[in-house]
Amino acid sequence: MSRHIISVLVENEAGALSRISGLFSARGYNIETLTVAPTEDASMSRMTIVTTGSEDVIEQITKQLNKLIEVVKVIDLSEAEHIERELMLIKVRAGLKEREDMKRMADIFRGRIIDVSDNTYTIELTGDTRKLDAFIKSLDQGTIIETVRTGASGIGRGNRVLRV
Amino acid sequence: MDRAKTSTLTGAEIVIRCLQEEGVEYVFGYPGGAVLFIYDELFKQDKVKHVLVRHEQGAVHAADGYSRSSKKVGVALVTSGPGVTNAVTGIATAYMDSIPMVVITGQVPTAAIGLDAFQECDTVGITRPIVKHNFLVKNVADLASTMKKAFHIATTGRPGPVVVDIPKDVTQHPCEFQYPDSVQMRSYNPVRKGHAGQIKKAVQLLLEAERPFVYSGGGVVLANASDQLRELVRQLGVPCTNTLMGLGAYPATDQQFLGMLGMHGTYEANMAMQHCDVLLAIGARFDDRVIGNPAHFAQNPRKIIHIDIDPSSISKRVKVDVPIVGNITDVLQDLLGLLKNAKTRDLKPWWSQIAEWRAKDCLRYDRKSAIIKPQFVLEKLYEVTKGQAFVTSDVGQHQMWAAQFYKFDEPRRWINSGGLGTMGFGLPAAMGAQLANPGAAVACVTGESSIQMCLQELSTCKQYRLPIKIINLNNKYMGMVRQWQQFFHGNRYSESYMDALPDFVKVAEGYGHRGVLIDKPADVEPALREAFSAKNELVFLDFLTDQKENVYPMVPGGKGITEMILYEDL
Repeated sequence: MSRHIISVLVENEAGALSRISGLFSARGYNIETLTVAPTEDASMSRMTIVTTGSEDVIEQITKQLNKLIEVVKVIDLSEAEHIERELMLIKVRAGLKEREDMKRMADIFRGRIIDVSDNTYTIELTGDTRKLDAFIKSLDQGTIIETVRTGASGIGRGNRVLRV
Repeated sequence: MDRAKTSTLTGAEIVIRCLQEEGVEYVFGYPGGAVLFIYDELFKQDKVKHVLVRHEQGAVHAADGYSRSSKKVGVALVTSGPGVTNAVTGIATAYMDSIPMVVITGQVPTAAIGLDAFQECDTVGITRPIVKHNFLVKNVADLASTMKKAFHIATTGRPGPVVVDIPKDVTQHPCEFQYPDSVQMRSYNPVRKGHAGQIKKAVQLLLEAERPFVYSGGGVVLANASDQLRELVRQLGVPCTNTLMGLGAYPATDQQFLGMLGMHGTYEANMAMQHCDVLLAIGARFDDRVIGNPAHFAQNPRKIIHIDIDPSSISKRVKVDVPIVGNITDVLQDLLGLLKNAKTRDLKPWWSQIAEWRAKDCLRYDRKSAIIKPQFVLEKLYEVTKGQAFVTSDVGQHQMWAAQFYKFDEPRRWINSGGLGTMGFGLPAAMGAQLANPGAAVACVTGESSIQMCLQELSTCKQYRLPIKIINLNNKYMGMVRQWQQFFHGNRYSESYMDALPDFVKVAEGYGHRGVLIDKPADVEPALREAFSAKNELVFLDFLTDQKENVYPMVPGGKGITEMILYEDL
C-alpha cells in the first residue's frame, strides 16, 4: 500500500466528476483527496486525486480512469519527480494570551494571517500535505477552531507535462 | 454540405432520421409521456420498425438478443421514470457482456428536471455505472451529433450500451438537421493494432511451449474473429477451450476443442487450463466463474499471453506475462502472419495427457432413467435442430446444461446472460434473435422459475408471430439454488421450491400459442420434432424433469478449478 497522486485531464462536461468519483466508490478504491478546476483551456478540467493502494490496484485505477469516455489523459505523478501543494485555511483561537505564540508559529511555517478578530486569527498556509499536517500537530489542539483544506494539487517537475 | 442531409426538423424527427441513417431495422420499445413526440414520428414512417414489448426489461433484452445474433447494434426506446428503471436490468445485462446497444430514454422537459416531476428520475445518474457512456441532451442542436457519438461509442473498442436521455421539450424544438459523417473525440480513440514486439514474443512462447493451451472468450465473438481463432488453433495444433460467453467461436465438434471451462466446465478443459505451460487468453477476462480461486490458479507456473481490446481486463485478477492490447481480429491476423512458415513442436505427450483426462467422461449422466433427464432433452434438441438453432437461455442449471450439451459450431448461436446472470433474459432475447434471423430455428432454453420473470413477452411473440420454441426444463425448483443448498447448506431447501406453479400449457394457450406437456423420456424427441416442424408457431414445451439432477462437474465457489465435484463423487 502506498500513496499515489494521479492527475487526470477530463472534458469539462456536466457529470464528468460524478463518473470519476462513482468509479472509485463502485470499485472500492480509496480517495484521500480530490481537487478539480478548469485548465487554461476552458473545455478541459484537471483533476488531482490522492489515493492509496497496492501496485495492482493503482494499475487498475489508471486503466479504469482511462476507460472513461470523457477522460482525455491520466498520469500517476508519483511515478517520477513532481511537486505537490495544498492550501489550508485554519482559524485558531488568538486571544491576548495566545496572539504572540500564534503569530510566531505562522511565521515559522511561512503562513499568512489573513483575517483577524478580537479572539481569532485565520491563517493561510500552503505546502505539501505533510507540512500542513505538521502545522496542525504543532498547535495546541485546543486552539484550533476550524480547518479547511483544498486537497493536493500536483504537477510534474521540469519537462514532465500532462497536456493534450 | 450534402443537401439531402440538411433540413429543419424537430428533435423527434431528428431521432428517427438518425436511426435511419444508422440503418436501424428494429427498435424495441414501450411508449409513454416523455417519448410521445418520438412515437409520433415513428408512426409517420416505415423504415424503422418498432416492436412493442410488454415490459421495458423485455425491450432491452430483445435489443440485446437482436445484437448478439446479428453483429448489429441493438436499439431500445423507453419513456422516463419507470420506463428507465424497468430497463435498468437489461442495460446492466448488456453492459456485463459488452453488447453494443443504444438505449433512447425520454426525460421530463428540461425546465422540470430536478423538481421531482411526474415520472422523473435521474436517468444519467441511475445508469452511469452500467453503461459504457451516457448522455443527457439538453439542446436540440446537440442531438444529431450525440446520436452519432452514441452509435460510435457503442460499437467501437470494447462494445457496450450507451444511453441517450432526451427531455420532452428537446423532441419538440426545431433544428437544422445534418447527420455527421464521422466522429472525432480527443478523449476516445480505441486502439486497433497490437504491439508488434509483444506479438513476436507471443509467437516465440507459443512455438516453444510443451503444453500450450488456448482459452478464448466472448471478445472473440464480439470481434467476429472466429475464423482467425480457428486458423490459429489448427495451425498450432493446440487444444483449446471457450468460456461460457465464447461458445461457438471454436467449433464444439472439433477434436481440438476440450469443451467449456470454469465452474461447470469439463474435467479436461479445467485440467488443461491448470497444467498448461503457455496459456494464450483471447478476449476473456479470467473471471471468478472461470478460474475460481486465483491463488490456486497461480500455484502452477505458466506463461500467460493475453489479447484484449480493453487494457483494464489485463492483469486484473491474474498477472499476465505478455499483454497485447488491440482489436482481436487484427492481433490474430498479425500472429498468423508470423506463424506462417513456423515449425510447430511435437505435442504428442500433451495430447496423450489430455486423452487421459478426456477418458473421465465427465459429462455422463444416467441415460436409463425413467424420469426425463434435462441433459437428455438438450442432446435431443441438438440432434433435432442439427446444431443449427439460435439458442437463448435464462440463468441456472438449464443454462449450464445447454452450454455443456448443445455443441455450438458457429459463433452468435449461443445467447445467454453470462456476466450479470439475469433470469428472465431468455424469452425476450429469443424475440430479438428471431427478428434478426427470420426463418431460423430459435430455441429458448429455460426453467420454470426463469421463464416467469419475463413471461409477459409471450404476448409480444403473438403480436409479431415469432415462432420461438420454448424448452422449459421444469423441475419445480430453482435448480441451481437447490443444488447449492444440497452441497453447501445441509439440504435445507430454503425458498427454492415454488409452490403453485401455473399450468404452462394453459398459459401458452392463453397467450394464443401451443403448449405441450412432456413427462416421459420416450416423448422428448417426437415432441421436439413436432415443435420445430411448426414453422409459424410458438410452441411452449414443458418438460417435467428430474428434480434431483445436478450439474457436474462443479467447482465450489472459492476453490481452484481442478478441485471439481464429479458425478461419480456423490
